Amino acid sequence: MNAWNAMLSAISLPRGKLWLLAGYGAALAVLLTAPLYLSDFRLNILAKCLAFAIAALGLDLLWGYTGILSLGHGVFFGLGGYAMAMHLKLVASGDRLPDFMDWTGVTKLPWFWEPFRYAGFAILMGIVIPSVLALILGFFTFRNRIKGVYFTILTQALVIITVTLFVGQQKYTGGTNGLTGYAELFGVPLRNAGMKNALYFATVAALLAAFLLCRYLVKSRLGKVLRAIRDGENRVRFLGFDPSVYQMAAFAVSAGLAGLAGMLFVLHVGIISPSMMAIVPSVEMVLWVAIGGRGTLVGAVIGAIVINEAKSGLSESFPDIWTFFLGALFILVTVFLPGGLVGLFRQASQRFRRREPAHEHDAIDVSPVLREGNRSV
Amino acid sequence: MALWLTQLFNGLSVSSILLLIALGLAITFGLMRVINMAHGEFIMIGAYAAYLMQKIFQDSLPGSWFGAYFPLAIVFSFVLAFTIGYLLETTLIRFLYGRPLDSLLATWGVGLVLQQLARSIFGAPNVGVTSPSWLDGGLRVMTGVVFPYKRLFIIGLVILCLLAMYFYIYRSNPGRRMQAVMQNRDMAACLGISTRRVDSTTFAIGSGIAGIAGCALTLIGPIGPTIGTNYIIDAFMVVVLGGVGKLAGTLVGALGIGMLNMLFEWWTTASLGKVLVFLCIVAFLQWKPMGLFAVRSRSLD
Amino acid sequence: MGRGWLKGSVILIALGMVLAACGSNNNNQGAASPSASSPTPSASPSESASGEASPAANDGGTVKVGVLHSLSGTMAISEVSVKDAELLAIDEINAKGGVLGKKIEPVIEDGASDWPTFAEKARKLISEDKVATVFGGWTSASRKAMLPVFEELKGLLWYPVQYEGMESSPNIFYTGATTNQQIVPAVDWLLENKGKKFYLLGSDYVFPQTANKIIKAQLKAKGGELVGEEYTPLGHTDYSTIIAKIQAAKPDVVFNTLNGDSNVAFFKQLKDAGITSKDLTTLSVSIAEEEARGIGPDILQGHLVAWNYYQTTDTPENKTFVENYKKKYGSDRVTDDPIEAGYVAVYLWAAAVEKAGSFDVDKVKAAAKGVEFNAPEGKVTIDGDNQHILKTVRIGELQADGMIKELWNSGSPVVPDPYLKTYDWAAGLSK
Repeated sequence: MNAWNAMLSAISLPRGKLWLLAGYGAALAVLLTAPLYLSDFRLNILAKCLAFAIAALGLDLLWGYTGILSLGHGVFFGLGGYAMAMHLKLVASGDRLPDFMDWTGVTKLPWFWEPFRYAGFAILMGIVIPSVLALILGFFTFRNRIKGVYFTILTQALVIITVTLFVGQQKYTGGTNGLTGYAELFGVPLRNAGMKNALYFATVAALLAAFLLCRYLVKSRLGKVLRAIRDGENRVRFLGFDPSVYQMAAFAVSAGLAGLAGMLFVLHVGIISPSMMAIVPSVEMVLWVAIGGRGTLVGAVIGAIVINEAKSGLSESFPDIWTFFLGALFILVTVFLPGGLVGLFRQASQRFRRREPAHEHDAIDVSPVLREGNRSV
Repeated sequence: MALWLTQLFNGLSVSSILLLIALGLAITFGLMRVINMAHGEFIMIGAYAAYLMQKIFQDSLPGSWFGAYFPLAIVFSFVLAFTIGYLLETTLIRFLYGRPLDSLLATWGVGLVLQQLARSIFGAPNVGVTSPSWLDGGLRVMTGVVFPYKRLFIIGLVILCLLAMYFYIYRSNPGRRMQAVMQNRDMAACLGISTRRVDSTTFAIGSGIAGIAGCALTLIGPIGPTIGTNYIIDAFMVVVLGGVGKLAGTLVGALGIGMLNMLFEWWTTASLGKVLVFLCIVAFLQWKPMGLFAVRSRSLD
Repeated sequence: MGRGWLKGSVILIALGMVLAACGSNNNNQGAASPSASSPTPSASPSESASGEASPAANDGGTVKVGVLHSLSGTMAISEVSVKDAELLAIDEINAKGGVLGKKIEPVIEDGASDWPTFAEKARKLISEDKVATVFGGWTSASRKAMLPVFEELKGLLWYPVQYEGMESSPNIFYTGATTNQQIVPAVDWLLENKGKKFYLLGSDYVFPQTANKIIKAQLKAKGGELVGEEYTPLGHTDYSTIIAKIQAAKPDVVFNTLNGDSNVAFFKQLKDAGITSKDLTTLSVSIAEEEARGIGPDILQGHLVAWNYYQTTDTPENKTFVENYKKKYGSDRVTDDPIEAGYVAVYLWAAAVEKAGSFDVDKVKAAAKGVEFNAPEGKVTIDGDNQHILKTVRIGELQADGMIKELWNSGSPVVPDPYLKTYDWAAGLSK
């Protein structure tokens, strides 16, 4: 496997390799045995968090490695979710029209719903539609050198457009209620206990695959160019590269991962609605990456899992404090902790072992740009 | 005819509101390059300031004075938002200069905290502000065409703010210092300008104007903890469309979006109109990525 | 020691944190929930007293029920008051000795105005806390999100808000009005008393669109005329163009299904355009006493609303209810239709449990059929077939003090018909 080789070859220190593999192995073991010691409810939440982690990986690829901040990833997440939800809804409705169409006066299934009867098509579309949308958007923005803050604000406009359309086209999308009330996937009822465990393992597998894919991309030549674009887009241009192509590629992969995450989210949570594509969830995704540590893949995963578990836990006990806490986290992390949790840990341990030389060729190092601030506007 | 006159006025009115909410942003974003996502919350602060002022007049002053509360509320909301803006700049924003994306995230957090604070203090439901009676009713231009005084008042207020800002930035000494710092920080510092103080004041002024906008919005809209979120994206669109760094750009941007909004809403529906306006902005930026009035510069980064 | 050591430990620590979070949640839920139950307004002595009293007066033990509303986010505006009313009812029942000799112990969760959160918390209440029933929800979206969870885990939900009908889940009791208990009679009344030309204005989401679809069919059958129909995005705040459109269409009646903040903007701007309730009749189905406070009563004066209950509704039960509500939560608080429906839901559940002699969901459901209760709005009865309740319809006019004066009522409770099967003109609406 290419990804595997790339991963192994990227690790040079044998002792480090040992620790690293031990860490990953232990993490994987913990995840794989989770159904044994977590209740159904907690397992469901963990599965949701793992799905979010996939989206965070994609966002990290875009933001942490390429320096493009998208506040519109909720849209891609939602599109993936809708693709899966449309299939589940059609299966649940059987020969009849989906219930919301029934009472909004649609008499015939719209043509674009028709192919979603096939699970394979739906799963494919859940990744392809977000990627293609990202490609189109990227084509129009990156080629015109709309970048930095302007791109970020445009992604917010994308969110508003999409949400307004999805809410407004109630006949075809279910409006604010979204799509809910599913029955089965591949002929197996979703509420079946075995199915739940299977879906959980599928999510773990998807997360692992997404992680290895990102790892491979980051270690490859593409990854180097992406980081070069982040640190000095014009210099990359002067070297004869066309940054927009790379940016589009990163954006598309990132959107595809968000779509995959959305599909898994729907399977675990059982609902998708336009509010999940809105601005707040989109910004929260960025927070996961920021907390975990942008520019490190592990950080993105950790951030997504920790924040969402904390949200489930804290908001159960202190709903008011949660919002304060979330706001304070945003401020603290961006101002004082640009490296996130991984960065914090790194700083602490480097202070602990001050005499050891710093690693120069460290892929997960927080780049100088992040330390000094991203200068491009 | 009567209809078109009404609609023209409505378009103008929408533009004036957009301009008012975007003016503060034109300073913080346009001049200082700080992406202040808490801008909407400064609008909220202004609105609650107006509510507080109204409460003071209702509770402890004779009823006949009530009409006078609004001018005072405008001043109060400016002062309150100015102060909070100043505090925010000195405690937080100054760590974020030159990191626009980080400033975006941090101020988003500030916005969340301010919203929750408002919810804790004033409660989650909307509060009601009774507008002064001298702003009730409207100017009857011809049969079937009424220009509400409140909307006329807002248009007047915007013109006043615009003029004040113009004279401040381009004709006053502090304004010139501000320009100097924003254009070439090191050079300005060499000439003895306290760049720190200029930064703080500039950000505070931008926040204060958002406060005025919030106060004015109590005349026509709801007052609740989340009102800022209704306006923030629109405000950014205005500044981006107009081009950062120029007041004229913001003015034209607001007029353009306001008029387009009115036209699309008239021809189609409010939802579709909104989508079309945003699509137009995105399309326009394809043509002019830096907005209508771009500051020309030879530097690349 | 390479950086792998670092990374490995980071991963391990993070996972440890996650699992610790899971574990601690499991342990402290019971303890944490009551603390969440007292946000500022409800932290009155009476509640804390009763909260402590329940485990102490341990005659027949306690029974847990879930209370699931948005306590944060945009919907907190409306839902916090409903939660308060439900807690009031629980306290009252406990003071009288509880149900089947057991004190009711509320487990309060925050839906956070986020639909997946509603589903998640519903799942938690049923499978972790093992509650006997859940009172909760406000928006259709939150109900739709919870519905599959309740059907899957065989739970029981009491939903207290008027809604768009076209639903009757075996695991949900609907104590708010369905369309034929609010919208349909309101349109009939308007056609008879105010005029034939209707303009439909609503927020762009499920309830207004479904409601307007019904109204259009009704207008067609009864000789009304539709002169315009307009939807605005949620949170829309500039209605100048819409008002110009309304003026151009010259309707007799504006039927308003706008939601939340938009109502404030619409009515303020309507007044500024020089249009009062004398010039144009508007009837709203989403503005109750609570919302009127945030809009400003002077602006709404004379406009019409349709509900099943007003704070001014003249029954002895209502007098006590309003008194107790104000005593517990402050004299500046008002009651309104959904608040009352939440209050009624708790009593109906308790009555059904007493009748069934069990907390078992299936037995309670079977016993609930025909259960009656003298509610603040008058006598209500559970319809066994669709699990809605029979309610009296009332048309009211907003007064200068923010209260609503009843202009008309249906005389007797109307039988709920969520699918409008008994109306000939509605035949084409649903299959």
